[in-house]
Amino acid sequence: MEGGQMTELPAQTDRKMGLVIDLDTCVGCHACVISCKGWNTENYGAPLSDQDPYGADPSGTFLNRVHSYEVQPQATGAQPAPAAQLVHFPKSCLHCEDAPCVTVCPTGASYKRVEDGIVLVNESDCIGCGLCAWSCPYGARELDLAEGVMKKCTLCVDRIYNDNLPEVDRIPACVRTCPAGARHFGDLGDPDSDVSQLVAARGGMDLMPEMGTKPVNKYLPPRPKDRIEDQIDVLAPLLAPVAEEPTGFLGWLDKALDKLPGGNS
Amino acid sequence: MTVQQPRVNTSPDVSEEVRQTTCYMCACRCGINVHMKTGSDGRKQVAYIEGNRDHPVNKGVLCAKGSAGIMQHNAPSRLRAPLRRVGPRGSGQFQEITWDEALDLAVSWLEPLRKTAPEKLAFFTGRDQSQSFTSFWAQNFGTPNYAAHGGFCSVNMATAGIYTMGGAFWEFGQPDWDHTKLFLLFGVAEDHDSNPIKMGIGRIKARGARVIGVNPIRTGYNAVADDWVGITPGTDGLFILSLVHVLLKAGKIDLDYLSRYTNAPVLVNASEGPEQGLFLRDEAGKELVIDRKTGKPAPFDQPGVRPDLHATYRHAGVTHRPVFHLMAERYLSDDYAPETVADHCGIPASRIRAIAAEIARVAFDEAFEIQQEWTDFRGETHQTMVGRPVSFHSMRGVSAHANGFQTCRALHVLQILLGTVEVPGGFRFKPPYPKPATAHPKPHCGVKPDCALDGPHLGFVHGPDDLALKEDGSPARIDKAFTWENPMSAHGLMHMVISNAHAGDPYKIDTLFMYMANMSWNSSMNTRGVIEMLTDTDADGEYVIPRIIYSDAYSSEMVAYADLILPDTTYLERHDCISLLDRPICEADAAADAIRWPVVEPDRDVRGFQTALVQLANRLKLPGFTAEDGSAKYQDYADYIVNHERKPGIGPLSGWRGDGSESGRGAANPAQLDRYIENGGFHVSHIPDAALYYKPWNRAYQDWAVGMGLYDKPEPYLFQLYVEPLRRFQLAAEGYGERQPPDHLRARITATMDPLPIWYESDQQGNAGFTVNALTQRPMAMYHSWGSQNAWLRQLHGRNPLYVPTKLMRENGLSDGDWARVSSPHGEITVPVMEMAALNENTVWTWNAIGKRKGAWALDENAPEATKGFLLNHLIHELLPPKGDGLRWANSDPITGQAAWFDLKVKIEKAAPPDGMSESQPAFAPITSPVGTGPKDLKWKVGK
Amino acid sequence: MHPAPSVIIFTTLSGLGFGLLAFLGLGMPSVTGWVAFVFYAIAYALAVGGLLASTFHLGHPERAWKAFSQWRTSWLSREGCAAVAALVIMAIYAAGAVFLETDWRFLGALGAVLSIGTVFTTAMIYTQLKTIPRWHSPLTPMVFLSFAIAGGALLAGRESLAPWLLALAGAIQLIYWAKTGKPLAQSGTDIGTATGLGDRGAVRAFEPPHTGSNYLLREFTYVLGRKHALKLRVIGFALAFALPIALMVIPFSGLMLKHLMAGLAVLLHIAGVACLRWLFFAEAEHVVGLYYGKR
Ligand SMILES: Nc1nc2c(c(=O)[nH]1)N[C@H]1C(S)=C(S)[C@@H](COP(=O)(O)OP(=O)(O)OC[C@H]3O[C@@H](n4cnc5c(=O)[nH]c(N)nc54)[C@H](O)[C@@H]3O)O[C@H]1N2
Ligand SMILES: Nc1nc2c(c(=O)[nH]1)N[C@H]1C(S)=C(S)[C@@H](COP(=O)(O)OP(=O)(O)OC[C@H]3O[C@@H](n4cnc5c(=O)[nH]c(N)nc54)[C@H](O)[C@@H]3O)O[C@H]1N2
Ligand code: SF4
Ligand code: SF4
Ligand code: SF4
Ligand code: SF4
Ligand code: SF4
Ligand SMILES: [Mo]
Repeated sequence: MEGGQMTELPAQTDRKMGLVIDLDTCVGCHACVISCKGWNTENYGAPLSDQDPYGADPSGTFLNRVHSYEVQPQATGAQPAPAAQLVHFPKSCLHCEDAPCVTVCPTGASYKRVEDGIVLVNESDCIGCGLCAWSCPYGARELDLAEGVMKKCTLCVDRIYNDNLPEVDRIPACVRTCPAGARHFGDLGDPDSDVSQLVAARGGMDLMPEMGTKPVNKYLPPRPKDRIEDQIDVLAPLLAPVAEEPTGFLGWLDKALDKLPGGNS
Repeated sequence: MTVQQPRVNTSPDVSEEVRQTTCYMCACRCGINVHMKTGSDGRKQVAYIEGNRDHPVNKGVLCAKGSAGIMQHNAPSRLRAPLRRVGPRGSGQFQEITWDEALDLAVSWLEPLRKTAPEKLAFFTGRDQSQSFTSFWAQNFGTPNYAAHGGFCSVNMATAGIYTMGGAFWEFGQPDWDHTKLFLLFGVAEDHDSNPIKMGIGRIKARGARVIGVNPIRTGYNAVADDWVGITPGTDGLFILSLVHVLLKAGKIDLDYLSRYTNAPVLVNASEGPEQGLFLRDEAGKELVIDRKTGKPAPFDQPGVRPDLHATYRHAGVTHRPVFHLMAERYLSDDYAPETVADHCGIPASRIRAIAAEIARVAFDEAFEIQQEWTDFRGETHQTMVGRPVSFHSMRGVSAHANGFQTCRALHVLQILLGTVEVPGGFRFKPPYPKPATAHPKPHCGVKPDCALDGPHLGFVHGPDDLALKEDGSPARIDKAFTWENPMSAHGLMHMVISNAHAGDPYKIDTLFMYMANMSWNSSMNTRGVIEMLTDTDADGEYVIPRIIYSDAYSSEMVAYADLILPDTTYLERHDCISLLDRPICEADAAADAIRWPVVEPDRDVRGFQTALVQLANRLKLPGFTAEDGSAKYQDYADYIVNHERKPGIGPLSGWRGDGSESGRGAANPAQLDRYIENGGFHVSHIPDAALYYKPWNRAYQDWAVGMGLYDKPEPYLFQLYVEPLRRFQLAAEGYGERQPPDHLRARITATMDPLPIWYESDQQGNAGFTVNALTQRPMAMYHSWGSQNAWLRQLHGRNPLYVPTKLMRENGLSDGDWARVSSPHGEITVPVMEMAALNENTVWTWNAIGKRKGAWALDENAPEATKGFLLNHLIHELLPPKGDGLRWANSDPITGQAAWFDLKVKIEKAAPPDGMSESQPAFAPITSPVGTGPKDLKWKVGK
Repeated sequence: MHPAPSVIIFTTLSGLGFGLLAFLGLGMPSVTGWVAFVFYAIAYALAVGGLLASTFHLGHPERAWKAFSQWRTSWLSREGCAAVAALVIMAIYAAGAVFLETDWRFLGALGAVLSIGTVFTTAMIYTQLKTIPRWHSPLTPMVFLSFAIAGGALLAGRESLAPWLLALAGAIQLIYWAKTGKPLAQSGTDIGTATGLGDRGAVRAFEPPHTGSNYLLREFTYVLGRKHALKLRVIGFALAFALPIALMVIPFSGLMLKHLMAGLAVLLHIAGVACLRWLFFAEAEHVVGLYYGKR
């Protein structure tokens, strides 16, 4: 097999397996980061190594990282001084349809699977040239210093079809562990899949579409925030005082108590 | 084109064996699957940790700390054998000794104390998850000086909740995640219930329900909140009472609920004298209400009674009014109008009204019913359960202020006014709660040499008579818990122990015995001062605190300050029990408890601390541990867990008792631990459907709880909008009663111990010029100090900047990466800064406990945690700055003694980078590591 | 981008080496015997030395042979193939020149084309990267090619041609600088498109995902100060082009001195090209930096 024509991207994949990440609910807990590190250290390929792990300049290989961004909305008439927002932003390989990381690879180590579109590195072919990482706009690949090969998210290919795991657990480690349920896994090529429906309903988006990579993974944008004052009319009867004076309030009370079931004396 | 692809083994063996136990990296206590593989040494090793799907707490999910447990378990900082100090205290110089030597040494120190003056031992435990056991040990030793860390953690929250409604947020209860439609979160970054909160937020957001985050800082949960209220720290009470004002005024309160289940209709004695402000009661001591049917006073729980919220009772020329009158009078006042409080809270009045309106809309317009019949304590049967889908949650942002007790009370009162506690869609208790303050023990401090203490140390006081005072009125406890300075200090005051012991105030102690608390670093206020107290010597050159025993599992900062170290195992190497007697893992619809068991055997000469305590108890022949024939009752902790009985038939674990078929009550079952292990390390008893809500008043629940051993008899009760015990302290301060407070405390007790929630400024006195609020938050991926020894986690949070709001950055000419001098009346630190826009404009903050002492945790001395990382603790003192009245007031809540971490006020200025300014200040000299430092590289893989 | 020494040495030396081979293949100068041997030795030392240097940055140099397989899509693979083809053809051609004193013209021309082609493939490795807007431009191959040709001319002793070619390369370098002033800023990719949050407001990187370091930070977020860059541009330009041209056009008397000056021009040129190559990497910004707020 090795040395075939893998770096040619398949014209089409049978399925487009990927992740949908909900930026509206990700609380930035890094659970997915560490469970990914744990699973992939023990499984597919070489362990994800760490250099100087207890030292002055610790560094290591991770396949999934959680960034965070502040967004300062523009002032509008309705919101002259909108509050800044904070968005937690997990990022791993997006398993692009037009994956530049695959086509640049000189050895064929990088390839996109025909059956599910997963982009993988065959570590025994990888020379560690780094070019695929250079070509990835998303920073989804990290060269492992100890092993000298390129590491990237495998979409947990060794979990999602794993006969040794119960059916429910045949999902990526990061999805399984995410406490907030902000990560979804499925076939984005199938418009009827749960993930595709979610993307449609919530306006799922691509990162850096201008790069032409056609990512499979989609991001659900945060819902609009800080709208309560626009949405709720405080003058509506909801909050109309029952009485202006405390004495009036007690009068209201008496009547209101009468109206309770079994209330009239 | 046929593409040749490498063949990938998509079904590799995941592991050879899965051992299920309980995570330890925080008090959430999730269930974990520990995957084992045979390592190169031929022994089974931990290969991978994931969440246990069947577990009631986490249902399969796991946080970063939990998943990184493998690195925690294998950390190079693990202690290896008992240590005896050989260098001066603080040097970190130790000699390894055997366990026999260690236990003999400890006994040689403790035995004489027990025989003569047991109070000379102070035993305090920190991040402990076995308090029912450690307190049992201390009680049998006979010292009154025992508590865990709750006093500096969140005692305001726990105490306010229990006095008000028989349970609190924290881990006592949770929102009804399945039904809630509006969730308000006050002052929470992470909390103990961390995975369930994340799961809950995720679920309600998926339903499109609204989340409102009230927090000066918009990170984490508050970042995903639909609306953010960037409140001025310390003013939540005012904001909440303003919501109360608006809702009351609009009549958006649940009158039916208030009249049936709360003390709103209870009559308050208006006659001047020693009873004024206490409840009117009948002969049997039952609180009286006016029955709306008869117009006459009647005991609140009389079958058929319709308590009236409106009617008053005139007797002997005095009009006694119900609690609800007093509330209406107070909260309808314009003092609480949104317009009045807006500036103070930093929240526009329009937003306060909008939030109140949304609460009202969801609570009343979206009310729903569950078709479930139930019968209340008065014998009335209800056909349905009414849901009010508004829920609240809160934690240290509210409780770690000196007005936190009253603020927590205010929040509970708001919940109760809306009728959202213990109803569908609202807030629900987790067993063993609800449990009213009256069902808890009172504090005990009866010391007799060579005897056990006369009862449990900690509890709930109901008036001055219950305070832990000696006959001369001086504090009975070293931490001065349950004294006039902080009468309701239900969790003790661990943060005062070292300074009081050092000062010999109220008395001198001999041995300080601590467990799992990094008291010379991140869990102390005034860190440098504490270090000095721990190392201070008297005129004879003896240490002022003569002896210190400490148990830790790792090479923490505190290790260096002990004379004897009892090294603990890691959480995967020992038995533990997460018990219904203590802080169990229950959910709102089930009682549950759990164990830990040695899924791996220790490869060092270490012992589970609880087992070490059993062994100490056996050598000391402590009563509760010794059979009548003088033999030891328990060999080790596992033995205790299975065979100890608190009351007949009630032991640490509730599952598989007796012949294995009984839950809650039943004889000890020798196979109990095996049954837990078979079941994944936990046991669940579901609450029957008819008992799922209205638990404090629900007969079915009360009966079920009695069956489970949670109560001895049904304990229905009313929610205490008005807390009578507070009034009893006020009465004492007004001069009534035998036990009288010192004069200098009278005014404060009168002002703060109001039986109805109030708000007062918690701003520290004597700190003019320090105007900026300074806070800390827990990072979700770090647990206090211990995450830093974890090779994976420390790459996420290896240093901590001070986050400064845009406005203060500009005012001080700061830009990212600059250094700033941050000072408080107490001290000064110099630290790197970063700008943050989504932040209250007068608040700075940093992540808690990232800064490390050089030499600790097996880290390189130049680790970023030790060079760039810093603690805010250097700026916080356990005492307030002098006010000029000759007294030093504690930096604590005056009611509970809760450490007021978040009242810190600072000044911030740009620091010209001093030469070679690459280290945060203050920098401390390194301590010698008893375990060396970690390896240079990690390529962790157990399997091939 | 992190200016890795191995890659700088590689592109500098192999560019020159293949440039020289191209001239030799075209018979400029047409040399045979020992003289040819010396020329080829220099050319091969540079080209092969450069290629070897490039393997230093590989995680698995022993598997480098696998890199020939993906010529259909991968410019790096194509470069390998082209380099080997050029070296083999030129080796045969050189053998003819050195040992048989013959000039297989066709072979030489083919070798020259392959040599230039190799430089082109090297350039395309960088040019193809959309992720590095500064490189993603037709100017990149022009820079590489013009440098290689000018350097080759210089090494080949084309006294009359070399100054012109050097001037041309210098001009292209200037155009490259002028046209790629703020390439990332003008590329349409920014932190807003990177995060997809741009239409909600101004996006700013807050907490980094890790305080520890990683491969991405080391490789892609190298930041070069503007002042420093300007200084290096002047130095690099002077060394690579201005001084060599000067040395070549100033009429020195005496053959010895002339040769000495030519030798000096070559050394200065190599130093200059290395400096410019260092800048080529150090000034290039990878879009990944956007995620880290480093742009
Ligand atoms: N500035 C500031 N300071 C704070 C707070 C704040 O918000 N701001 N919060 C306060 C609060 S609420 C708390 S609870 C405290 C927490 O502070 P601490 O109670 O000091 O908590 P940890 O840092 O977790 O340290 C506990 C010790 O337990 C040890 N340990 C870990 N595992 C084991 C084990 O298995 N066995 C044994 N025997 N020991 C073990 C650790 O090595 C460590 O030395 O910090 C307080 N300090
Ligand atoms: N990952 C992780 N989890 C933990 C811990 C840990 O160390 N790491 N520690 C455990 C322990 S011991 C505890 S006590 C709990 C504590 O859990 P939390 O209560 O979440 O404690 P903090 O992280 O101190 O967060 C306090 C929050 O209150 C906010 N705040 C401060 N002052 C005010 C105020 O006046 N008003 C309002 N509305 N908000 C305010 C702060 O911005 C911060 O977000 O977490 C537990 N869980
Ligand atoms: S995200 Fe990067 S590594 Fe993943 S497929 Fe796309 S380009 Fe390749
Ligand atoms: S590093 Fe490995 S996978 Fe990436 S391009 Fe080079 S050989 Fe291919
Ligand atoms: S899918 Fe698997 S490999 Fe990819 S980020 Fe998630 S856990 Fe890591
Ligand atoms: S685990 Fe889920 S919530 Fe946590 S950082 Fe990852 S995606 Fe976000
Ligand atoms: S929340 Fe995390 S650290 Fe805490 S018990 Fe659960 S998995 Fe462990
Ligand atoms: Mo705490």
